[in-house]
Amino acid sequence: MSHIELPSYLDQSPQVSARFTKLKQRPVILEVKDLCKDFDAAQGKVTALRNINFKAHRREFVCVIGPSGCGKSTLIRTLAGLEEQTSGQVLLDGKPVHGPGPDRGMVFQGYTLFPWRTVKKNVMFGLEMTGRGRRESEQEALQWIDLVGLSKFANSYPHQLSGGMKQRVAIARALANQPRILLMDEPFGALDAQTRARMQAYLLEIWKNIDITVVFITHDLDEAIFLADRILVLKAHPGEVQELIEVPVPHPRSPEQLLSPEFLATKARLEELIHPPTTETVGLSEDHLNMVRMVSVDDEVGEVY
Amino acid sequence: MASPLLSVRRELNPRERFTFALLSFLIPLGIWCLVSYVPFIWHPNVEITEPGSVSYFKPGLQVEQAVFDSESAKAEQAGTALPEGTPANPIYLPAPHQVATAFYTAFTTEPQRRNEKWLHESLGDSISVIFWGFFLSSLFGVPLGILAGTYDAVSRLHEPFIEFFRYLPAPAFGALAVAILGIHEAPKIAIIFIGTFFQQVLVISNTTRKLDPSLLEAAMTLGAKRLPLLFRVVVPGIVTDLYKDMRILLGWAWTYLIVAELIGSSSGITWFITQQARYKNFDNVYAAILMIGIIGLSTDLVLAWLGKRIFPWQRGAAA
Repeated sequence: MSHIELPSYLDQSPQVSARFTKLKQRPVILEVKDLCKDFDAAQGKVTALRNINFKAHRREFVCVIGPSGCGKSTLIRTLAGLEEQTSGQVLLDGKPVHGPGPDRGMVFQGYTLFPWRTVKKNVMFGLEMTGRGRRESEQEALQWIDLVGLSKFANSYPHQLSGGMKQRVAIARALANQPRILLMDEPFGALDAQTRARMQAYLLEIWKNIDITVVFITHDLDEAIFLADRILVLKAHPGEVQELIEVPVPHPRSPEQLLSPEFLATKARLEELIHPPTTETVGLSEDHLNMVRMVSVDDEVGEVY
Repeated sequence: MASPLLSVRRELNPRERFTFALLSFLIPLGIWCLVSYVPFIWHPNVEITEPGSVSYFKPGLQVEQAVFDSESAKAEQAGTALPEGTPANPIYLPAPHQVATAFYTAFTTEPQRRNEKWLHESLGDSISVIFWGFFLSSLFGVPLGILAGTYDAVSRLHEPFIEFFRYLPAPAFGALAVAILGIHEAPKIAIIFIGTFFQQVLVISNTTRKLDPSLLEAAMTLGAKRLPLLFRVVVPGIVTDLYKDMRILLGWAWTYLIVAELIGSSSGITWFITQQARYKNFDNVYAAILMIGIIGLSTDLVLAWLGKRIFPWQRGAAA
């Protein structure tokens, strides 16, 4: 595909290999068994997810990626308990989950901070819900706000913050509850590229220092490879597991690795899986343009190339 | 050549806005002054200043122009004294200055009869009726509306009937209300209640339904369960929009005031208006009607200002 000699994405350096061996020995925190989800749509039954099977180990960073319509959001909402699966099981620490709860924290793409509460009160929300006292919740909330670097904004309202700050508050709010896993549904999708890069670095820093397992949904290939230990690649219509890739890029991750051979090899593999070379599409006019030449031949700039 | 003032969706600057707001009142006022003070605009009657030889003319009496002219012609033919008069508008269109003075005199004039009320007492009665009607309606309407907007079961149980009942005109219940509740304040409050309650439930349940569902989902992933979800997420989430709805509903409640006050024994500002109309003091009638408008509008402006102060997070949608 490219002109650079790339190793196979399956080649792992000894350190990376050793790390994965250790990782797979950790206790399994999340197990998804034969998960299926059907929807009733106007045209009949639509299968969003079929036979999803995977395991996440403790303190692992798993990214879920796939083309649009592959059911990534449905999957993470089912893990969160916001949707009920048609069949199959979601096991957290071996126990099946029923409905949403503080043991599975979630960060949404649209921040969803409570606009009537200050930053501090937002972070305190989960602690209040799980029955902690006012004084204790406040102290813990302030600690988390400090950890994400927003102490100065503890008494500001969400509408006074920028997108990146709001997302940091959302992460602090979810983590304050000390969930077993943190589910993130394209959390950086609404941010500009620079903020996104910074947030990715912050997230890795948080993940490095806290006992948290992360399941992260994205459609951005670079983001997935940069953040993840393993990448779950789904395919669309219906949503099924295509491959579970172990990312050969060593830790700690840094932006220079974006051009390293392991990174590019993984990216090439993901491109193959998600955007396969287009096969013959017979007569589907929605997939082609009907462009014709509209520049006159004797125009002084007759050709673009 | 498009005027900059008419650019689509361009907001006017504060000075322009103030000017237009002022014009909004000044233009109708100007037309009223024009019709009242310029003798050759309208003025279909003649106010007699000098009765002359016409027997039934008295100073201060108003007669139609045609009658005046025919009597003048008759007097001229008979050679007797001619009547004199000035052009005037009918008494049901007082001039602005007359209404302005009426504002003052209405409060200071003692009631004609001993058992009649002062104007400020009548106004107090009106405000009390509105207050109680709206308060009782909100006491039941707000919780029901919020519950209907949150739980589909509550909505499906109550809303079909409320949608139907909404079309029954509140004044139609007048006689019924008197029969059940007597002739004093209670049936009037009942009319205000009926006029407000059903709209209130529907409007509030609609507002509650517009709450961003992802806020509820986020709350659930943070451990919120049934009751806290309602009281700690739904209610604070809708409270700014609820406040706006209540202001509008209060405005609607005011429009039922006159009708309500005619039920049973006439009372409040409506009584004052009908009394003054009977005495043909139309300047007082105008003053009273304007008073209702002024009270209603200023209440709304105060509530609007208050609203901005007590909800510091006013940017609305989920951040």
